[in-house]
Amino acid sequence: MIETLEFLIFDNLIYILAIVLGVVLTVAYLTYFERKVIAFMHARMGPNRVGPRGLLQPFADVLKLLTKEIIFPKNANKFLFLIAPIITLATAFAAWAVVPFDDGWVLADINAGLVYVLAMTSLGVYGVIIAGWASNSKYALLGALRSAAQIVSYEIAMGFALVGVLVAAGTLNLSDIVRAQEGGFLNWFWLPLLPLFVIYYISGVAETNRAPFDVAEGESEIVAGFHVEYSGAAFALFFLGEYANMIIISALTALMFLGGWYSPFTGDSWIAQPSIFWFLAKTSIFLYAYFWFRASLPRYRYDQIMRLGWKVFIPITIVWIMVVAVMKVYHIGPWWN
Amino acid sequence: MIASYFPILLFLAVATGLGIALMSLGLLFGTRKTNDEKISAYECGFEAFDDAHMKFDVRFYLVAILFIIFDLEIAFLFPWSVVLEELGGFGLVSMFIFLFLLVIGFIYEWKKGALEWE
Repeated sequence: MIETLEFLIFDNLIYILAIVLGVVLTVAYLTYFERKVIAFMHARMGPNRVGPRGLLQPFADVLKLLTKEIIFPKNANKFLFLIAPIITLATAFAAWAVVPFDDGWVLADINAGLVYVLAMTSLGVYGVIIAGWASNSKYALLGALRSAAQIVSYEIAMGFALVGVLVAAGTLNLSDIVRAQEGGFLNWFWLPLLPLFVIYYISGVAETNRAPFDVAEGESEIVAGFHVEYSGAAFALFFLGEYANMIIISALTALMFLGGWYSPFTGDSWIAQPSIFWFLAKTSIFLYAYFWFRASLPRYRYDQIMRLGWKVFIPITIVWIMVVAVMKVYHIGPWWN
Repeated sequence: MIASYFPILLFLAVATGLGIALMSLGLLFGTRKTNDEKISAYECGFEAFDDAHMKFDVRFYLVAILFIIFDLEIAFLFPWSVVLEELGGFGLVSMFIFLFLLVIGFIYEWKKGALEWE
C-alpha cells in the first residue's frame, strides 16, 4: 500500500512538474511575445538588447524582480499581504490539472473537470480582494473593489456560456467535451454556439482584467489598482498568476469551442490527424488576440463594462441556452439530428 | 474514482509550494533598506490623511448579492444540462419555467436600476 502511494506521488509529481515548468516558460515568453507584438503594431522594435533579438529578456526580468526589495507598506497586514499573491498564483496554476493536451494526455481525468476549473478561476478573486485590503492604500482598495465587481459580473456571463457548452456536449469531463466535437472545422461547437463562443472569450478577457477591460489597473486613474503597493517577487507572483490565467482562458476556449486537439481538416492525410499541435495552435490564436486587443482598443469606462456584462451578455446567453436546449432535445438542425 | 482526484491535490500542493518558494527567494535575495517615506502608502506625493479602509459605494455590495443569486442559478443549471438528453421534453419545460421566473427577477432588477452605474 505504502509502495503504491509512493509510486502514485512520484509518478504524478513528474507530470505536474512538467506542466508547471511548461506554464512558467510559456508565461515568460508570453511577456516577451506581448512586448514584441505590441511594439510591431506601434512600429517600434520592442525588447532587443538582452541576448539575440532580446530573447533572454524574460530571464533578465525574473532576475531583476527577485533581487528587488519586497516593500511592506506602513500598517499593512503582513500575513495577508504575503498570502494574497500566493493565492492568485496557486489557483491560476492548479486549474491546469484537468486540461487535456491531447487525447488521453490529461493529468486528472475527472468527471467534474469543468466545475473544478470554474472553482479555481473563481477563487482567484480572493487574491485580488485580500491584496487590495491588506495593502492599506486607497488606490489598492479601490482597484480591488472595481476588479472584484468586474470579475464576478463577467463570471455570470461566463457560467451561462458554459451551460450552453454542457447542453451541447452532455458531459462535464473536458476530454469528453472535446470528443463530442470530433470531426472537421464545421463540427466544432463554435458554429452552433457562436454567440456563446464570442461571449465566453470576451468575458475571459474581462475576467483576467486585461485591456480593454483593465479599469482595475487603470494607470491613468488609480495607478495600478490592487497591486500598487507590491514590489519585487510579490509583484512577480501577481504577474505570473495573471498570465497563467490568460493562458488557461485561451486553452479552455480552444477546448470547448474549437475542438481542442482535432484538426480543422478532414480526410486521411497527415494534416488531418488530431494532435497536440492543433491544441497549442488554437490556444496561441487566442493569446495573440489578447495582445491585439490591447494594442488596438481604448479602455472601456467602468459603467460601460458593467452594462456590457449585465445588460448585453447575460440576456444573450440565457436566450441561447434555451435555443441550444431545444435543438438538442428535439434533434433539430444540422448538428443534432 | 477518488484516486483520479489525488493528482489534483498534489497539483494544488505543488502550485502553492511554487508560490511560497518564489516569495521566499524574493525575501532572501531582495535588498532590505527601509525608511519612512518608502513604506508610506502611495498617494500621489502627499501624505495619507486618513485610514485607507474607508467607506465605499453600496453598489459593490449590490453587485455581490446579485452575483450570488445568479451564480446559484448557474450551479443549478449545471446538472440539468448534463442529463438533458435523458430528461427530454419534460426536463426542458421545467427548466424553461424556472428560467422564466429568473428572467422576471432580472427584469425587475433592471427596471429598479440595480444595474445602473453612472
